[in-house]
Amino acid sequence: MKPELEKLVTRARTLFDDLDLEAVRSWKNAMPDRKAIGHLPVWAPRELIWAAGMLPVSVLGGGDRLEIIRGDAYFQSYICHFPRSTVELALSGRLDALDGMLFPSICDVIRNLSGMWQMLFPDLYVRYLDLPQNFDLEVGGRFWRHELEALMRDLEALAGRPISEDDLRLSIAAFAANRHAVHRLYQARSREPWLFPADEMYIVLRAGCVLPPDEHTELVERYLELAPGEAERQRQDRSRIVVAGMFCEQPPLGLLLTLERAGCFIVDDDLFLALRWPEIEVEITDPPLDGLIEAFLRQGALSASVYQPDGKRGAWLVESVERNHAEGVIFCAPSFCDPALLEQPMLVAALDESSVPHTQFKYSEDTGQFAAIREQAGTFADSIRLWGEA
Amino acid sequence: MPDVAPSQKEQSMLLQKEMISGHYDALARAKDEGKKVVYTFVPGNLTELMRSFDILPNLPEINALQSGMRKLSGGYISEAEKHGHSEDVCTYVKCDIGMLKKGNIGPTGVKLPEPDLLLLSYTGCFTFMKWFELLRQEYDCPVAMLHIPYQGDGKVHDHYRGYVIEQLETEVIPKLEAVTGRAFDQDRLRASLALSAAAEDDLVYVLESARHRPSPIDAYFGGVYYIGPIFSAFRGTEEGAAYYRALRREIDQRVAAGQGPVTPEGELETERFRLVIEGPPNWTSFREFWKMFYDEGAVVVASTYTKVGGLYDRGFRHDPDNPLATLADYCMGCYTNLSLPARVDLVEQYVRDYAADGFLINSVKSCNSFSVGQLLMLRQLEDRTGLPGGFIESDLVDPRYFSAANIKNRIESYLQMIEQKRTAGPAA
Repeated sequence: MKPELEKLVTRARTLFDDLDLEAVRSWKNAMPDRKAIGHLPVWAPRELIWAAGMLPVSVLGGGDRLEIIRGDAYFQSYICHFPRSTVELALSGRLDALDGMLFPSICDVIRNLSGMWQMLFPDLYVRYLDLPQNFDLEVGGRFWRHELEALMRDLEALAGRPISEDDLRLSIAAFAANRHAVHRLYQARSREPWLFPADEMYIVLRAGCVLPPDEHTELVERYLELAPGEAERQRQDRSRIVVAGMFCEQPPLGLLLTLERAGCFIVDDDLFLALRWPEIEVEITDPPLDGLIEAFLRQGALSASVYQPDGKRGAWLVESVERNHAEGVIFCAPSFCDPALLEQPMLVAALDESSVPHTQFKYSEDTGQFAAIREQAGTFADSIRLWGEA
Repeated sequence: MPDVAPSQKEQSMLLQKEMISGHYDALARAKDEGKKVVYTFVPGNLTELMRSFDILPNLPEINALQSGMRKLSGGYISEAEKHGHSEDVCTYVKCDIGMLKKGNIGPTGVKLPEPDLLLLSYTGCFTFMKWFELLRQEYDCPVAMLHIPYQGDGKVHDHYRGYVIEQLETEVIPKLEAVTGRAFDQDRLRASLALSAAAEDDLVYVLESARHRPSPIDAYFGGVYYIGPIFSAFRGTEEGAAYYRALRREIDQRVAAGQGPVTPEGELETERFRLVIEGPPNWTSFREFWKMFYDEGAVVVASTYTKVGGLYDRGFRHDPDNPLATLADYCMGCYTNLSLPARVDLVEQYVRDYAADGFLINSVKSCNSFSVGQLLMLRQLEDRTGLPGGFIESDLVDPRYFSAANIKNRIESYLQMIEQKRTAGPAA
């Protein structure tokens, strides 16, 4: 690996391994009175936090790098792993850099976790963010405006200063640029996946969970320039697949690596929705909040956590397969993940209707054994190639 | 909610059984009689509104629990899992899907009609949304989505109420009108809401009778029978109101006679333990589960499960003068729509109001809405009340998750602990 790319990847890896949020602490310490607000998956209006001069931080659990000592005592065995490691992170002081936490509505686990946070950390700002499930601009839009305005008032009080319309415009523009860069990276990976190894791209994107938007945009753009320059990254005969189900509890890096080693190229995924929503352009409107509201309501149901009024569950997945010229789908859902697992039969039906091959397995963020997954993914990749040749 | 009455029955239980059974028969005849059928959920149900359109509600959760009590759910769940539904997800959903795949024969043996509309009242449970998205793929019918905001900070804000009312006006009512071909009749709705309020008064009277010593009711195992009509198809009906008047008279008689609750093996003569229970019951071994309590003289004096379809004992009543606003407030006030701190406050209040000796949590695998946070609730409640808490695990309708010996052992140990503390006195 050339030195400049190695340096970039090393930086991203350091941020990925930084469970103590040292990068967030450094950002806060660089200026007096800086604050940071955490949010859980899948999405939060990061623009508002940044507009208030605070750093939005996506909290994505402890992965396979954290020993769970206290977290398990709060959850029954049949509840997913994500809240265990998140509670562990908080109780061990690793999230102390955060001055508040947002809990977006995605499932009952994260919903109730918001209440647990209120009880465990009574001095911390905690807000449950009820994303609208009615997408009429007049009805859901009015509700969403109330929610966002209330959030803005809270953020202003925390920051000790008002959010001006210019602050919000600049912030919306910064995140639009970031989404644009992330989108370009996804497109580039889809075109030439051998240039962007899944585990490497993952940590580059994940850096966006703790970096200011401009800094992350710069990182992604530089990565887009550098990664294709690696001579050993040559085209390979692997199956092009889309992975679905990883939008909340994150897979261990080893799992992504395993999929590629098993003969797959990941050409699309549902990781990092926080960095990708709204998927449509946010118009800079007057007042600027309007654009943010409209974009969220108009983007459609791109995640299991969002209601699909037209009943076409799985349309996005079929569309992704077509757009990315994928040959199959691997459902990788975390164990006990209600949104992903309840959704899966509908997605399977949509794929079957379009004759898209698929396979499925479950993981936990701390899964450490990949032999069975490698075997299954390898068999799937081989069978796709065989079908393709038939 | 069950209509499988215990072997020894109160009059009200017989009446309740008759009503629920009659409703299934009415559902079976619905298509022949030209009646419209709407599938909907218990928490946040809009029974009065549906009835004002002469619609028959069908509640998949009730079907699932009834199937559980009749030992049918295990087969249905296996059927759904064969069709690709994960072993990790809610067994109510799988029981319903499995029943559908096997011909949609309802728990009483009569075929259930297909829905004319799925009324997705998204109240207090994320799974509801996915459940009806799944059913939508099975049935060619419209869906009306009613998003009920969660009380994340423990409050119902004005804009929440406005949001729900607007959805009723622009989404739910127009779809009910389209399905039935009838115009919304606000006066009919008001009349129905007045009947609801009267029934709610009587239900609260019955639930609060557990403050007596001995308690004339078991507010969990018996309670699920008492809530049956009001949580299902009979809120806002003359029949429902009459049932609760009769139930109230029956309980008054028991109080006057100093009687304890009726169990499947007769009246409980000695009340040894007064408990509060958080969480739904297990349905597949319901009677066996109940027996573990009454054999030890344990009576449940208050429960949270009996509040999933409405939290009436905290003062809420349907208000005929504000028909849509009251439906909105009802939906937002259901137990599983409360924040976790509010749930802890409620259980603590029950422990005090009903002079309980302890509280026990039945944590069910299927229901994250209930279960996530219950271990923290346990700690908080122990700290606040100074009483020991018990914790057991089971499931709603999956027989694979009811370990009778283990649960019995835990309950007995828990009751022994209460007894020891009692014997040792307040310093213990």
